[in-house]
This record gives sequence, structure tokens and C-alpha cells, in this order.
Amino acid sequence: MHKILEKKKLAEGIIYMLFEAPMAARRARAGQFVILRVDEEGERIPLTIADSDAAAGTVAVIFQSVGATTMTLAEKEAGDTIADLLGPLGNPTETEGAKSVAVVGGGVGCAIAYPVAKAFARQGASVTSIIGARTKDLVILQEGFQAVSHRLYVTTDDGTMGEKGNVCIPLRRMLEAGERFDRVFTVGPLPMMKYVAEATRPYSIKTIASMNPIMVDGTGMCGCCRVTVGGEMKFACVDGPDFDAHLIDFDEAMGRLKTYSAFEKHARERHCNLFHKEVK
Amino acid sequence: MADFNMTKNKYTMSVRDPSDRCSDFREVTLGYDEEAAISEAKRCIRCKTRPCVSGCPVGVDIPEFLSLVADGKFEEAYEVISGSNPLPAVTGRVCPQETQCEGKCTRGIKGEPVAIGCLERFVADYHREHGANVQEKPSPNGHRIAVVGSGPSGLACAGDLARLGYSVTLFEALHLAGGVLVYGIPEFRLPKDIVAFEIGRLRDLGVEVVTDAAVGRSVTVEELMGEFAFEAVYLATGAGLPRFMHIKGENSIGVFSANEYLTRINLMKAYTEGAATPVFPAKKVAVVGGGNVAMDAARCARRMGAEVTVVYRRGERELPARREEIGHAKEEGIIFRFLTNPVEILADETNAVCGLRCVEMKLGEEDASGRARPVAVEGSDFVLEADCVIMALGTSPNPLLARTMTGLKCGPHGEIVADETGRTSLQGVFAGGDAVTGSATVILAMGAGKRAAKSIDEYIRSK
Repeated sequence: MHKILEKKKLAEGIIYMLFEAPMAARRARAGQFVILRVDEEGERIPLTIADSDAAAGTVAVIFQSVGATTMTLAEKEAGDTIADLLGPLGNPTETEGAKSVAVVGGGVGCAIAYPVAKAFARQGASVTSIIGARTKDLVILQEGFQAVSHRLYVTTDDGTMGEKGNVCIPLRRMLEAGERFDRVFTVGPLPMMKYVAEATRPYSIKTIASMNPIMVDGTGMCGCCRVTVGGEMKFACVDGPDFDAHLIDFDEAMGRLKTYSAFEKHARERHCNLFHKEVK
Repeated sequence: MADFNMTKNKYTMSVRDPSDRCSDFREVTLGYDEEAAISEAKRCIRCKTRPCVSGCPVGVDIPEFLSLVADGKFEEAYEVISGSNPLPAVTGRVCPQETQCEGKCTRGIKGEPVAIGCLERFVADYHREHGANVQEKPSPNGHRIAVVGSGPSGLACAGDLARLGYSVTLFEALHLAGGVLVYGIPEFRLPKDIVAFEIGRLRDLGVEVVTDAAVGRSVTVEELMGEFAFEAVYLATGAGLPRFMHIKGENSIGVFSANEYLTRINLMKAYTEGAATPVFPAKKVAVVGGGNVAMDAARCARRMGAEVTVVYRRGERELPARREEIGHAKEEGIIFRFLTNPVEILADETNAVCGLRCVEMKLGEEDASGRARPVAVEGSDFVLEADCVIMALGTSPNPLLARTMTGLKCGPHGEIVADETGRTSLQGVFAGGDAVTGSATVILAMGAGKRAAKSIDEYIRSK
């Protein structure tokens, strides 16, 4: 059992939760994830670690309530408990040696981009952050990024905050103007990461994407999270979640994410119906 | 009391009707009643050579326990079995008896061997229902041992060490202890209540079970032996890494490792109404492979309502699965395509599986494993219609832990190198079971756990 110590709504449908999780906190690094189950009948879902404190024994996650499980989790409050939390899993993001980096986050992916930007800044890199969201109200962690970034660009699809359009626009502009990063880190929706990879490819800039496929165990046992990287089969849980974005087969990954879409739609509807009944 | 039962055939254990059992996950075989057990045990003629014992990987004194069953002394029989086998209710159900004890039984020369597996199961079930089940907690000897992995090998090692007075902590990465017994083997073959009961017994002995702890990630072995002050560690992390064929189309929607498919169903209970974990809604499933895991996956898919074909590259005689499972699978309407090998998985424009291109095979010369090597028959391509493909090709040792350790010697396939007693290249670190041998059987893993417990005890005493 893991107690929820804090809960904050960052934006509509995007929630920050801090858990008591000493085992997962002890060795957690930026880029790693946890697998949690809300209750005894719950599904195992991977969520990236947004922050951790080994001394306090706490782990924070930021998630968007889009599926039945994240919707159930979103209904929990500080003081409640969840059944399981396992971590840290996956390899930490490599930040060593980078001097000038661009961190590109989209949507709730900014929750993962932020600790990575922070880790890059902490080891002395000059960090350019580009964060994007659909609309102004969905922009998260702007102040945090501001604090750890040398420069910060915000984009929104509808132009209600920052520049109108997607994260690739300022990235491409900088690259075209002759700006060179020794590393680009990107996390967010698969199509966005694919475009980021295409934007940096002509310049041969090392570009790392953090993948978030469907998982069950998260320890290399099920192979559900397999991703094709440079023509080879990799398991995101043990070989990743970070991979060379120029080598990832993003189209295949987009297809695989849809494996259970019919079930998920049904589960979401069932959850909403149950929730409405309870509210009534 | 030479009142032997000389019937040629063994007493058939009652089995649920295939039409009835295919719509649920309840246990298929129903076991013996007392009368049947006594009568079957009397088929053992106490031959002097005791070949059955030599066929048992943990050396259970089979003639002795059979003789006690024949006398109706079921609890005493349990004492005999559990002296060398800590999980008889499990092995009675999952051991490949036909290649072990029963395969060597003298009665098998003229007729059927004594049904040792069924009797072992009977005795264990009898004990679970009628036995006193009070275990005396041994007085602690003050030494702390960590066991990593709660599958058969870890459970066997933890149990033996606890009985010797060690303070044992059992670490499990998943949310439930039991390893392959809970995520892999289906409920209809091994009810999960039995596994929970056995783990409860370990807890009664004082074993601390820590779930949700991925050793190597959450805590390293070095930390376990350093700041956590464990004096020795037993690595029983199994062979959990699924193999794929690396053929075209293998990452299409609807292709699963048997591990994933079985974990969703068994561990996550995806077969229950309203379960939170999804399982792929397939109509025509092709299962690739011929081992017990392939049979389990095929029979699960059948219970999920699919038409199922097992595709195996060798012939029926070469199927490595237990004979009983093959028989049950056939009764349940599972189609077998022997001497058939997939070469490509076909997908439609949405990248969803729509078929399996296969070639026919013929058996050639013997390979390194002593089995006939299958060779493709040229021009024999055909397409098997399927919307789901489950790969049950075996598993390799999980590299997660070894990758995080320095100085632990591993073999070319990621298997931990350990000697007969479980000693590895690192002092105080022992290993056994599938993590060392590659995927094998429950009983061999248990045997390795017991041997390691003995050598850990010797190691601690000699320190």
C-alpha cells in the first residue's frame, strides 16, 4: 500500500500526485518510470517519475486522466492509498557530457521533459526548452522550465499562449538559423516525436526520444513494449525507454498503441457511467 | 501386506467434460478420492530397483509414500513427500511424470505405470484440506538471507532456509508472489489458491515476502549485502525473457509473446467479467510452439472463445509438452498443424494481423539436442488465416538483474554461471533454477533451490 501525500491539479485533466514509496524513491533518476496499480483488481500502468526524494522516500508522477485506470487514480485524494507501486524501472536518461541541449516536450510529456531538463541543467548544460500544448490552459510546469532553462519557448496549437503551432516550429527556426545543440531530448505524443526527429535528422544532431508504449510487467518479461530501433527489436522497459529517435520506427509504434483501443474506449465509457451513477 | 493391485491400467482421474470446461477457467482434472487413491497405490509392487526414485529430480521416496497411501496413512505419506519436495500439490499437477518417475516405473513395462503424479497430488490436497498445518517456527539462528524471485526455486530455497532458522526475505518484482506459478500456469491447470496457500505456509515459517521490489532496480544486490546486511543472496530470477522468431510482421497488432498473453489472463485475471486489464479479442488464434506454455496459451485462447491452431515445426512425437496437456488440448478442439513453420506474419492496411504464412517441414538429421532437425519443404508455402499470433518459443534468462551487477559471471545467453551447489563467481551470491539452466521445469528449479539452501547453510556455518 502506498499513501498519496499530495495531489494537485496542474491543468484540466492533468494531475500531480506525490506517493509514499521509499523502495522506488531510493534509486530513482530522471527518465525512469514506475508501474502502479490503483487497487487489488487494478491494471498495471507505467507512469514516468516526475520527481523523487530518496531521503523523504517519495515519488511524484504527473498523469492525464484519459483511460479508465488514470480516471480511477484521478478520483483518489491525498491520504488515500493505492495498492502497488514498483520502481524505478527503465534506464535513466543519459545527461552526462552534454553542453548545449534542447528539451522538447509536448502535452503531458512535459511532465517527463521537466525532470530531464532539470538533470541536464544540474550537470551544467545550457538548456533550451520548448514546451507545447493544445491550448493555454493545458500548458504545465512553465515556471519549473523557466527556472532550469537558459531559454524557454512555449507553443500552443491555437495560439492562446506563446507561439501558434507545434514545438517543431521554433526548433526548426533555430536549426535553420545555424543553432547547434549537441543533444535533443524529446517526449510527448508519437507524431510529435517523429517530427522532432525529422527536424534534427538533416543536421545529424543526436536526438533521444522517450517512448511510452503499453506495458504489463515492466521488467522485460512480456515483450508487449517492443519497439523497432534501427531494425532491431528492443523492449522499452529494459532497453529503454530512451532510444535514438532517428532509428525508431514511429509508424509501427503508433499502430501498436492502438492494440486495445476498443477495450479502452469501452472501459472508459463504463467508468464514466459508474462515476455518473455514484454522483447521482 | 502383499495385497497388490495387478490391474494393467491406472485408475483414471476424473476430468471435467471438454464441452463444459472450455467456457471457464476452473480446474480441468478433479483428482482421486480416498478409495481410488488406495487402490491405485496398491499397484506399486515395491520392486527392489526403485527406478521411480532415480527418475525424480528431487529424489522423493516414492515407494515409501505409495505404501503409506495404500495403508490409508495419507498424512504420513505427506510427511515423506514433503521431506524432499516442498510443493507436492504443484508438482503433482505440473511435473512431466511420463519422462520422470512414471517413465521409469516397473509396472509401465507391461501396462501403465503407477499414477505417481495423481497420487502425489491427492496426498498434497488431502493434507491441505485435512492436515493440521501447524508448523513449528524454528528458533532463529540470527543470520539474514535474501532470496530474489518467488518462483518455484526461490520458494523452495526460502522454505528450507527458514526451517533451518534463517531469517529469510523473499523479494518479488511483481505485485504477487509465485513467479511462473501465478503469471504463467493457468488456473485450470494449477488453481491459484494452492500457490497462495503454499506462500502462506512460508510466511508462517517467518519468511518475509516483499512484493513490488525489482532487485537490480529498486535495490541492488550489493546494497542487499551492504546496507541491508544480508549475509548471502540466492538469485532465482527465472527465465522470463520471451523469444521471438524475428520474422516479418512480428510487431503487427495481434502478435503476442505467450508470456504477455498468459500474464494478462493469469496474473491480471483478464478473463473475468469487467477486468481492468484487457486481453486481445481474437477469433482465430495461431499459437507457435509445442511446449507446455504453448498448450497453456492455446487452451486459454480457446476459453476466451477463439478457434485455436497450434503450429509446430516438428512432428507430434517430438512435442515437448506433457502428454496430459496435449490430450486435454485436443479434447478441447485445438487444431494441431505439425511439421509447419511460420515464415511471415501478414497484416492488413491498419497493421492488424490477418494471417500467418507457413512452410511445411520434414524431419532431417538429428541436431545438437538429439532431436530430428526440421527442414523446410521447398515451394510448400501456404497461408493460415489468423487475427492473432501467440509466440510460445521458449524464454531466456532475464538479464535485468545481471546487467546491474559487476563481477557476476554469465553465459552467452545471459544465464548466470553457477556450480551444482549454486555458487556463483561472487562470494555469498548463489543462483539456481531457470536463471542458471534456461527454461526448464518447476521440479528442477525447486531441486536447485533446495541444493542452494544446503550450500548457503554450509557457507554461513563456515564463515
